[in-house]
Amino acid sequence: MAGPVERVDLAALATRLEESWHTPKTLYGRLTTVDHKTIGMRYLATAFVFLLLGGLQAGAMRAQLARPESHLLSPEAYDQLFSMHGTTMIFWYASPVLSGFSNYLVPLMLGARDMAFPRLNAFSYWTFLLSGLFIYSSALGGVMPHGGWFAYVPYTNAQYSPQLNMDFYALALLFLTISSTAGAINFIVTIFKTRCPGMSVSRMPLFMWSTLTTSVSMVFAMPALTAALIFLELDRRFGTHFYDPVRGGTPLLWQHLFWVFGHPWVYIVILPATGMASMIIPTFCRRPIVGHVYVALATVSTGIFGFGVWAHHMFATGMPALSTAFFSAASMGVSIPSGIQIFAWLATIWAARRHVLATPMLFMLGFICLFVIGGVSGVMTASVPFDWQATDTYFVVAHLHYVLIGINLFPVLAGFYFWLPKMTGRMLSERLGKWNFWVLFIGVNLTFFPMHVVGLRGMPRRVYTYPAGMGWDWLNLVESVGAVVTVVGIALFVVNVLWSLKRGVPARANPWGAATLEWATSSPPPEYNFTVIPTVSGREPLWEAHDALLGPADQEDVQATDPARAVGHATLHGAPRHEGAVVRLQEWRVLDEGKETLESTLLDADPQAVLRMPGDSLWPLVLSLALTGLFAALLFKSPLWTALAGVATLGSIAGWLWPTAATFPPRRAA
Amino acid sequence: MTMSFAQLRAVYDRAPSAFDATGPQAARLATLGWTMIAIATVVFLVVMALLLVPVWRRRNAPRVDGPAEPVSERAWILYGGTAIPALILAGVFIVTLGAYDSAAPRPNGPPVTIEVIGHQWWWEVRYPGQHVLTANEIHLPVGRPVKVLLRSEDVIHSFWVPNLAGKTDAIPGVTNVAWLEADRPGVWRGTCAEYCGMQHAHMALSVVAQDDAAFARWTDSERAVSAPPADSGTLEGEQAFLQAQCVYCHTVRGTLAQGTVGPDLTHLASRLTLASGTLANNRGNLMGWIVNPDRLKPGTKMPAVPLSGPQLVAIVNYLESLK
Repeated sequence: MAGPVERVDLAALATRLEESWHTPKTLYGRLTTVDHKTIGMRYLATAFVFLLLGGLQAGAMRAQLARPESHLLSPEAYDQLFSMHGTTMIFWYASPVLSGFSNYLVPLMLGARDMAFPRLNAFSYWTFLLSGLFIYSSALGGVMPHGGWFAYVPYTNAQYSPQLNMDFYALALLFLTISSTAGAINFIVTIFKTRCPGMSVSRMPLFMWSTLTTSVSMVFAMPALTAALIFLELDRRFGTHFYDPVRGGTPLLWQHLFWVFGHPWVYIVILPATGMASMIIPTFCRRPIVGHVYVALATVSTGIFGFGVWAHHMFATGMPALSTAFFSAASMGVSIPSGIQIFAWLATIWAARRHVLATPMLFMLGFICLFVIGGVSGVMTASVPFDWQATDTYFVVAHLHYVLIGINLFPVLAGFYFWLPKMTGRMLSERLGKWNFWVLFIGVNLTFFPMHVVGLRGMPRRVYTYPAGMGWDWLNLVESVGAVVTVVGIALFVVNVLWSLKRGVPARANPWGAATLEWATSSPPPEYNFTVIPTVSGREPLWEAHDALLGPADQEDVQATDPARAVGHATLHGAPRHEGAVVRLQEWRVLDEGKETLESTLLDADPQAVLRMPGDSLWPLVLSLALTGLFAALLFKSPLWTALAGVATLGSIAGWLWPTAATFPPRRAA
Repeated sequence: MTMSFAQLRAVYDRAPSAFDATGPQAARLATLGWTMIAIATVVFLVVMALLLVPVWRRRNAPRVDGPAEPVSERAWILYGGTAIPALILAGVFIVTLGAYDSAAPRPNGPPVTIEVIGHQWWWEVRYPGQHVLTANEIHLPVGRPVKVLLRSEDVIHSFWVPNLAGKTDAIPGVTNVAWLEADRPGVWRGTCAEYCGMQHAHMALSVVAQDDAAFARWTDSERAVSAPPADSGTLEGEQAFLQAQCVYCHTVRGTLAQGTVGPDLTHLASRLTLASGTLANNRGNLMGWIVNPDRLKPGTKMPAVPLSGPQLVAIVNYLESLK
């Protein structure tokens, strides 16, 4: 398994790996696959569908609010729409879409062949999908959640919301937390233990730092939400009094638990996106990022700080001044690590060797712009007395959309333009991409900037209509026009993706001239990712190997997407050039005796052992379905079905873990 | 329908706005807001310049070979990313602490105290020292700090009069304190700011600031029980009112109507709005509201009461007499 270059027959090796790793493209194969790339793309596609659903809901709300005293939507319909909009975007789009990128990219960036726990990974996806279908099934009965994504008690308790609306919310979220927790643990172990030789902690790509921070935050933030939701269901179903002020409970307990989870969650849905920025910006500036170590530290400290700011959602609840002052200071303090990240990107752009304004980079410039606007308005709301005016108004709606669109959606779209060629093997259109960027950028600002003004002019959030003449009319109209422009922007993206899948120019292995390992393998990568496990000796392995190992065609900075210009490059697609670019020739680890990847040490990534990876399995899907049955039985309060589904769940876990001869392969030294 | 809503704006002297302060607290917060907006604008412009100038200067410049030019990490990360933001934030935090006391002015004398109690979806207003009980309307003496004790009877609401002060939540099981002070006479709109259910959008109140004499006249008038009907038409209306289902929920002090579910109607005709700031208070709106509350405010707890035409007219005549 280790040996000098000339002894390795790459073609034969690729065939052997293909045999071990191949999943047949049958229905059964699709249901059982554990390939992180397939799962990652499923995450991305599913999360994007949820983005479109949430966007449709927002569109309906903007139609209703375009004019005062409008009767397009009933109040109940509006309440369900805004609740589902928030819940969908936060839980089923913003976080899962980043999990999609992480799923696809983490093993590739690490030079590994799959996630540490491939079956758990499949289980995370199925549970994410089924929990989303679960909450959307509430639409069939017209009982979608209607308490806002924050679901404040007592309004969400049985006395004020007796139907199934909030049970759908609580149970679907409990269901989803299983997926998120499993996924987070998987990322942590993968990043800690499967890095390729040479990728010590200090050489890890920054996207690994952000995924790692996010995953650790998730593991610690989720229990607060789980507890809050279980208390809510106990109050609703079994007459406990956790949140009932009449019998010794307090509604503020929900707010504390929810925001102890909720604010770290804000960083969970933005940090991986900032990590993506730290990958994309240096690529188009043709230089390593400035202050790599500081960006990594800033990422980690944002995750930690994120746990100390939750009460800034509660400045109007009558907390003592001393507490609010503490949380105010902490909330301003948390912007310092963000400042460090922004200045690292600014410095990188300032000292760029040259600027390549391809579409991903345009989205990055837009991202920094929106990030700064959302950041400064965030500092304003962190100022307690000012927040007494701003909280629960459209000012906060403006702020949070600048943050979430700016620091989640824009990097995500940049990420799609950047990495989709890797995933599909086809470039997106640059021309459509530029249109996409400008239309969306204008649309988003037109929609959300006036909300700052309308909020400070006294318009509260979550109102299904508003009286005329309060100084809100034309601003709301502008916002609704902006929403139309935003929809066109998103539509351009969808068109671009569909066009690319059909007509896109075939992508080379490294179309952007980027630096990290995912670009060392073909586009799309083979099922086993890398023919040999790469060895790296720096943070930008492909740039270090650039001069020696890439041919003249790859010297061009960025692959053209204009078909006429790209003919010459198309032939390069699929050439097994990846290994040459990364291997430092000392050691070649081929790991071709079955499904294998390398286990390495935590800090230095010294090879430690060979991991036998599990094959495809139906159990993750079966367990997810059993859990769906369990949550459905709980929803309809059926003891019999709950018991049966519980048995099915336990049975699926037993079936999954049932020991076979292949479970305990001999451990091999690397 | 649209007409009835359109009259609402005329009730208030000025549009609601946190930056159109008519009291010292809101003025303080507006100054804080403008200060931070100014800082935010400068920060934004500087960052945009740092971002766009190099891009503009070097966009699609020819390839540069050789190592990237060295950058001072100390200048960018330590000063630009850490020290300067920390200084700015420290300044903002000091300004923030300075504005804290806007929440609790120091009255030079016993303050006027008001109890405001949130309901789905209206505000109950009591003046405990003065035996005044009303709804959806607060009167204040100009120039005197008013202490507002906030409670809720059901879910969480939030009390907000943007022209006068920031918001404070009304939470069941908790009594929160808010302060209001107006520095000139006027009528402004306050509203519920915490989502509280279907008619969160129609849970407003009017705030009327008056000089001391007018305020005293108002409290005297509100304190009184309703006057006996002055004419036969009103008497007929009173009878119709007392025989209808209205009395299960509403009180008219001085009569047998003693319901406590809905707002006290003893001086309904003197109020500026109906249905918690949903409609201007006039005869047409009152009639439309009684005939079909759910059409104007879907989900409202007030039911449509079956009334004949003459009964309806009589009841509206009576309610309009409750000055």
